[in-house]
Amino acid sequence: MSDLKTQLIEEFSEQNLVEDFGDLTLSVEAKNIVKTCLRLRDFYNFDTLIDLCGVDYLTYGQSDWDSNASSSGFSRARDLQGESRHQQRFAVVYHLLSVRQNYRLRLKTYVDEASPIIKSVTKIWTSADWYEREAFDLMGILFENHNDLRRILTDYGFVGHPLRKDFPMIGEVEMRFDEKLGRVIYESVSIEENVSVPRVIRK
Amino acid sequence: MAEIRNYTLNFGPQHPAAHGVLRLILEIDGEVIEHADPHIGLLHRGTEKLAESKPYNHSIGYMDRLDYVSMMCNEHAYVLAIEAMLGLEIPERAKYIRVLFDEITRILNHLMWLGTHALDVGAMSIFLYAFREREKLIDCYEAVSGSRMHATYYRPGGVYRDLPDEMPQYLESNFRSAKELAAMNANRQGSLLDFIADFAAEFPKSIKQYDDLLTDNRIWKQRLVNIGIVSKNRAKQLGFTGPMLRGSGVAWDLRKNQPYEVYEKLEFEIPVGVTGDSYDRYLVRMEEMRQSNHLIEQCVEWLQSNPGAVMSDDHKVAPPERLAMKDDMESLIHHFKLFTEGYCLPAGEVYRAIEHPKGEFGVYLISDGANKPYRIKIRAPGFPHLAAMNEMARGHMLSDVVTIIGTQDIVFGEIDR
Repeated sequence: MSDLKTQLIEEFSEQNLVEDFGDLTLSVEAKNIVKTCLRLRDFYNFDTLIDLCGVDYLTYGQSDWDSNASSSGFSRARDLQGESRHQQRFAVVYHLLSVRQNYRLRLKTYVDEASPIIKSVTKIWTSADWYEREAFDLMGILFENHNDLRRILTDYGFVGHPLRKDFPMIGEVEMRFDEKLGRVIYESVSIEENVSVPRVIRK
Repeated sequence: MAEIRNYTLNFGPQHPAAHGVLRLILEIDGEVIEHADPHIGLLHRGTEKLAESKPYNHSIGYMDRLDYVSMMCNEHAYVLAIEAMLGLEIPERAKYIRVLFDEITRILNHLMWLGTHALDVGAMSIFLYAFREREKLIDCYEAVSGSRMHATYYRPGGVYRDLPDEMPQYLESNFRSAKELAAMNANRQGSLLDFIADFAAEFPKSIKQYDDLLTDNRIWKQRLVNIGIVSKNRAKQLGFTGPMLRGSGVAWDLRKNQPYEVYEKLEFEIPVGVTGDSYDRYLVRMEEMRQSNHLIEQCVEWLQSNPGAVMSDDHKVAPPERLAMKDDMESLIHHFKLFTEGYCLPAGEVYRAIEHPKGEFGVYLISDGANKPYRIKIRAPGFPHLAAMNEMARGHMLSDVVTIIGTQDIVFGEIDR
């Protein structure tokens, strides 16, 4: 593990490598992702892509309720202090595992909100296929050179990307069987978003 | 000459051999599979989205419902991730209890797999035998958590409560005589640990029974040997973990390679396959059950002689004792705060994985310092396994698709999330 760390620092410089709770995270620029992944697979023996997912940093560190309703109450719904802003809205996170060397690495790369496109790594690890489809489906990240970028978890003909932070929890459409038309129809949701669980607090 | 074309066959989602709601679009040439395209998501419940809006402890119950045949293992990865972020140390006894129930869960899962796999392939009776043993283990779940399946037993800081001193017994009824009742309750006279010890002593006989029925069975071998072969390198490429990877001959087990809880103190072995076909994976899982049984014996022995706390005494995370709340204001406050708004995790991200019966089950948690996860990604082992369906089924016959679904040990709760 420490060997890997020194090697990675030598190759990718110290500022790109973070060790957090015992996990190593390497930040990579989106344009270098394929090159870096190839290098990691062939030189560092990361033979397995354990996981790939998208992250939406839209509301990271923000309070979701107004805590200044009273002047005397204690305001705990505050925003995260310090470096809470991420440079770009979306991130793609890769979890790599080396079965041969027994170590793990997290690769993190940011993509632009206006055009969330990144090169696919399906040619490097076959398992990326479905993971990239999932990240596209749920987060709306596009993977260039992916052979078959269809939706995977949501319904046929689904609109929107449900894991984005601006997608409402109750969804946008609901489905029912219409007797007159004799088929299933979609309508906009009739329920209201109801927060019955505790609000966000921060220390 | 007549024009011969491939045709497309829709398999599932309502099909008894599809293990739930798998829809397969099969392109078939005669009876040979040319292309298999699994359509998943029919059981998608948005667990990750739901977890984002709830305090950490509220989502433990969702974890049970992911892979609903190995409930506690799912919880385990989730609480490990939370504990890693909090830097929480849990009592030794809680670690042993977790390992004990992880292994019980592994047997539960493998029995379910064995029963359904054999049923799909055509062996009816094994299903009944597997469920006979499964019932006893489900009773252990019930004794310890009150629920037969969705236990919510592991909590950040330890486990919800200590193992009970009494094992629940069957009650009198018009359907059974006093003699029958006494026989049914014979191994339920002592504590839960005694019951488990009794199970562990008897279980090798049951495995022997399954072994006799299947291992050298000619039909079983005809249906499994050389079906769905995956080589070592392909298995890693495809993201296989757990028995699927070990069946291909890679000795990789997180319990050995990246030990968590107390696995490094316990003695067990990792079975590996040779050819990487369905039959090898069958043998690997059978051996895993024997090893799990051995682990259960070791845990029971340790737990019987080492009483102690099973929950951390950090009351920011773990609830205080009910009795203490009666006259201690601080305990009352802790209790109120914990159950209304929960606790905050430091900002950061963590990935923790365990050796789940199906493979590597991981939880990737991103916190922004709030009392709810900012993003949680569940790494389900079955997801990459099912993704390999096309590669594994290509060139095989239609009936082999059922064998391959069985050997992958598919459960839709975790794949669709």
